[in-house]
This record gives sequence, C-alpha cells and structure tokens, in this order.
Amino acid sequence: MAAPVLRLGCAGRCWALAGVDRGSRLRRGAPNGFTFGGIRGQMSTAPPPPLTAQEPRKGAREWEAVVGLEIHAQISSNSKLFSGSQVHFAAPPNSLVSFFDASLPGTLPVLNRRCVEAAVMTGLALNCHINKKSLFDRKHYFYADLPAGYQITQQRLPIAVSGRLTYGVGVGTPRRVAVRTARVKQIQLEQDSGKSLHDDARAQTLIDLNRAGVGLLEVVMEPDMTCGEEAAMAVRELQLILQALGTSQANMAEGQLRVDANISVHHPGEPFGVRTEVKNLNSAKFLAKAIDYEIQRQIKELENGGEILNETRSFDSRLGCTVPMRDKEGKQDYRFMPEPNLPPLVLYDSASLPAGADVQQVINIDCIREGLPELPSVTRDKLVQQYGMRPEHSFTLLNEVGLLEFFQNVIKETRAEPKLVTNWVLNTFLGYLKQQSLAVGESPVSPSALAELLTLLDTKVISSAAAKQVFEDLWSSPGKTAAQVVSEQRLELMEDQAALEQLCQALLEGHPQVVTDVKKGNPRAVNKLIGLARKATLNRADPTVIKKILEEKLAT
Amino acid sequence: MEKFELLHNVNENGPRGGKCGHGSGGCWLFTCKIGPQGSRPITVEVIEHLERLALVDFGSRKAVAQLEKAIAFANRLHAVHTDGVEPMESVLEDRCLYLRSDDVKEGNCVEKLLQNFHRVVEEYFVALPGNISLAKLEDKEPSQGHKGSNL
Repeated sequence: MAAPVLRLGCAGRCWALAGVDRGSRLRRGAPNGFTFGGIRGQMSTAPPPPLTAQEPRKGAREWEAVVGLEIHAQISSNSKLFSGSQVHFAAPPNSLVSFFDASLPGTLPVLNRRCVEAAVMTGLALNCHINKKSLFDRKHYFYADLPAGYQITQQRLPIAVSGRLTYGVGVGTPRRVAVRTARVKQIQLEQDSGKSLHDDARAQTLIDLNRAGVGLLEVVMEPDMTCGEEAAMAVRELQLILQALGTSQANMAEGQLRVDANISVHHPGEPFGVRTEVKNLNSAKFLAKAIDYEIQRQIKELENGGEILNETRSFDSRLGCTVPMRDKEGKQDYRFMPEPNLPPLVLYDSASLPAGADVQQVINIDCIREGLPELPSVTRDKLVQQYGMRPEHSFTLLNEVGLLEFFQNVIKETRAEPKLVTNWVLNTFLGYLKQQSLAVGESPVSPSALAELLTLLDTKVISSAAAKQVFEDLWSSPGKTAAQVVSEQRLELMEDQAALEQLCQALLEGHPQVVTDVKKGNPRAVNKLIGLARKATLNRADPTVIKKILEEKLAT
Repeated sequence: MEKFELLHNVNENGPRGGKCGHGSGGCWLFTCKIGPQGSRPITVEVIEHLERLALVDFGSRKAVAQLEKAIAFANRLHAVHTDGVEPMESVLEDRCLYLRSDDVKEGNCVEKLLQNFHRVVEEYFVALPGNISLAKLEDKEPSQGHKGSNL
C-alpha cells in the first residue's frame, strides 16, 4: 500500500509570503481526525489549494522547516584523487584499481593537480573564501568498500569556506522567479569509496573498487532552505554551475552527484528541532518529494506527541516515503586524525607566488579566477538583455537539459524575431516534449525545422494557425521540412487579394444583419464574418487582412 | 569537547591547568572521559567502544592497564608550555605537497589484485555482508586489529 504524502503546504512549491524572504509557513489545515487516504492524500496530483482555503485548526501552531544539504560531486578528471588509475563509469570490475586504491601496504597518496584546480574553481564560483593552506585528515570507519579503513578527507581545514549559492524558485500565479540564497559552509576534497553489491541470497557482498579513490567535492550547505522545492532548485543550480565550470558532469543518474539532506522542523521563534539525515536522494525527481515527505512526517509525529530521533533515513522511491536505515551501533566516532602522509596543501595568488617556482607545482588562485567560464546566472542575464525575455524564461531555458542549445540554434537559423522564437520554444515546443515525456535530445523536430517554420510565419507565408498545424505535422513526420508540409497541404496564405475581396463581399451580402449591427455601433459583430472568412479560406488567409478588407467595405 | 584530566604527579614546570586543546584543532584523539591512573579508571563502556571502533581485542585486564599507562605517558605532553605557539599540524609542514599531473598511469591489474583475496566471484572481491562485527571475528583469524598485548 503506497503511503500517501500529506501535502499541506508545499505541494511542489513554496508558500513564500509576500515580503518574507525565507521561511515558508507550513500550515496544518486539516482537523485532527484526518485519516490517510482522505482527499489530501491525492494532493500530489491535484492542483495546490489557494492560500485562503487553508484555515489553521484552532490551537494549531505554525511550523517552519529547515533543510541543509551535503552534496557530493564526482570531480571530472582523468585519474583519481590520490592515484593514477582511470576515472571511468561502467568499466569491468576492479580494472581501474591501482595498488594504492586497493590499500596494499607500502603505497602512498599523491595528490592530483586537476582535482585541486576543480575545487578552487568551484569555490570561486560559489563566492567562497579559498584557504591558502588546507589540510588532509583521515576519517575512520570499517566497511568492505573502504579498503584502507579510512577515507582521506578535509575535516579540519577545508580548501574553501563561507560561500553562497544563489538560485531561483517559482512563486505566485502567474509564476515569477524569486531569488534565494543558501550559504555554503565549506567545500572539501575527499575520496570516494568503492561499490558494494549485496547478494542476499548467498549472504555475501561483492566489492568493486573502480570507484574507490575517485575525487569528490563535498559541498556542505547551511540549513537555509525551507522545503523540498528550494532544495531541488538549489541542487539544480549547483549542477548547472558544476557543468558550466566543467569540474563535474554532475549527472545524478550516473552517481556523479549525490545529495544528503538534514531536515528538522520547529515552531517559528523557537530553536531548531532534532534533525534527521535523509540519504539515498539520487534523483532530481525524488529530491523534493523525499524532503517534503520527511518534513510532513516530522510535523505529524510531533503533533501527535511523539519525538524525532536523530537518525539516518533512506528514501524509498517506490513507496514515496522515508524509512529508517539499518541502525548503526550508537553514534559513529570517526576518530579524525591528520593524514600523516600529506603535507599541508598550499595555494598562492599573484601576490604571494614565489619567484622562479615550478609552474606545474604551484596553483595560482588569481589565474584560475580569471579563467573561469561563464556561470549560469550570467548566461541568464545575457538572455534577458539580449532577447528581452522574462527572467522566468531564462530559468526554464537553462533548467531543461539541452533546451538552451536548441533555442540558440533556432535563433541562428531563423529570420523571426527572438520574442517569437522564445514563445514557440517555451510554449509549443516544450509543451509537446512534456506531453510525451521526451527530452530535448529526443525531439523529432530539429532546430532547423523549427527555424524554417518560424521564418515562414514571420514572413507571412502562412498564418499563425497554419503554423501550429505545420508543427503538428513536423512532429509526427520527422525528416520533412516545414516548406514541404506547407506546400503538400497548401497552407500558404492567400496572396490573391482580389479573390479575398470577392469572398468578403459575398459574406457581407450574405449576412445583412451583421452589416446592420456594425453600422448601429457594434463593431465587434464583424468578428463573426472574420471567423466565417477564415473557415471559407481554410485558414489560408491572414485574419488581420480579412478584418481590414471587411472594415473598409463596411465603411463605404 | 571533553576535557582531559591532567596527571597530578607530572609537572616539573607546573601544571597547565587541565585544559586540553590549544589552537583550533584541540586534541580530538581522546574524546572520552578517560582518567589517567590515580583519578578516574577507564570504564568498561569505554573499552567496548574502543574495541568496536578499532576492532582491537583488549582481551585482558592487563591490556587495559597497558592502555592506562599509555595514556598517562602521552599526558606528559601537557607539561610543556605551549602558550602562544601554533600547533604543529604535520611533521611534513615544511615540505611541499607534490602535485601530480592528471594522467592515467596505473590500474589494469585485476589478476594481481585478486590474488590477495580468499574468495572471488568473477572479478569481484567477496566480503561478508554489512559491517564487520566483533562476534564474527571470533570465528576466524582477524584480518584487522590484533590481540592487544603490545599497546
């Protein structure tokens, strides 16, 4: 039996009260005797209720939720963080493992320069302070996929601290973009562990160390988010940033980006409540869902007089709920100690760079800063300025994988105005994709085809209604060009002015009542004739031209 | 951060006042309320905790006494005045951390690696399911940890 999700507030978006920057209020709008399976249980598919319909039950107090994220991003590099074995997804088991990765005695860690650069780039993009000196530590725990018995990480003094991530959430109707900021506590370099495959039937675990030792960037965020959607948008923005920088491909499906959430609830004005950690949030789709579920679970538990345990939970996507993970024996004590085999990591800037230093052996923060590629927020601002689109549009263009490239290709090839292109790409094109659950890359309509169609529309070869028809045809028969469809179905706008005038004259003569109405002072009566004319011409006449001809005739 | 009890009888230069932790790191090596000999004894809970963490079998009362002596020995560090001195993070602090260029130079030695494991399935190593617990270790030769006689 699926556990329904009680969506009392967020329902996929935040209730950002006007003028309040943070802190969405989650009201409990249902009376106490509410059972599962009631109306609310379907809310994840029903439209969100308007604010006014949710009156808090007498005596029920408001709740605020806080969500903090720990995000692990696999660094995009050729070799691993401390060894020269290859970083590659889906290779034969244990083929990308060096003696160091297998933790054989006598091996030592050797730091990969590219990983340090990736960490500095990411830190700069997130407005962090880069620590010119950072340290490596060992975090000890026993698990079969961690052959050394410890993970090399940066607990004491990480490479970057005190940054911020700016992202957007959709608020209100019509949806507008509101800007939010979440503080980045620190970014640290650490090793990934291997993979364990559990064979319960034979009570054994199979270990593949291909992933062991791959460089990770752990981005620790302060609990500045208040609901699942904010967390999801923040993660998406971080994904875009990492991809723009090239520091990580940040593909959640391939495990290159993993998110753990720390969630707690409290009454406004009171201290934060006990938090739980939710792990196994490995898909963008379930991220918001899982966090919202956990928030609701905690609220319900506390309102029923229970208490929240400081535990680790996992999200079961099938059931749509969080479940406690196998409980560890008491609290983990990682016995952090300095990594004795690695000196401190020292970074320089142009001012502190020692003269005559080996270029290969020093990292200059200023150089890296100058070489940073364009970040998503800048790309969005440029779109707004260059094409006059609304900020919401720029967010959508970047958030859909491949959509921006599609859009830019259409712009390149078409003569139509950017506003028209924006409208068609974000409404018609995206609408078709969503309806059939397709990614941009799977679209049957190529950018060239759409570009051509829009040029035809812009140069008034076809009408707007005809253009929609053509698009429909292009979608179902990929490979055809817009021009082909237009000529096959003879959708061109009528060029014969005389024939059109004749038609309009005939209509006027056939509908004297309309003529009288218009002359009496109701100009809108002519719309009926316009409609008839359009039908008669099978949508091949420009409505504005029809209107003009009719009005001219009526004036005489 | 738990405070570390200072030995009462070690202080040529006067006690440092029992404060553990200088600078930002603090001494997080010993975070339990372990007392050196003479003040609080090391409790059974602490021993069990350490045994679980380190997979070390303390075995006997003698081993525990060894541990207490070791802690007492380490405590003598507090006799040194370190006011205003930055802690040494690493004995390598004057060395340069060598940066390797991002080239693939290792790996591809499955056969050699598999020779290190008793049980192998195709090219995977085989491990017991879940965490290694002390109970299971009693059944076989411990591959990690050691009988705690040489602390």
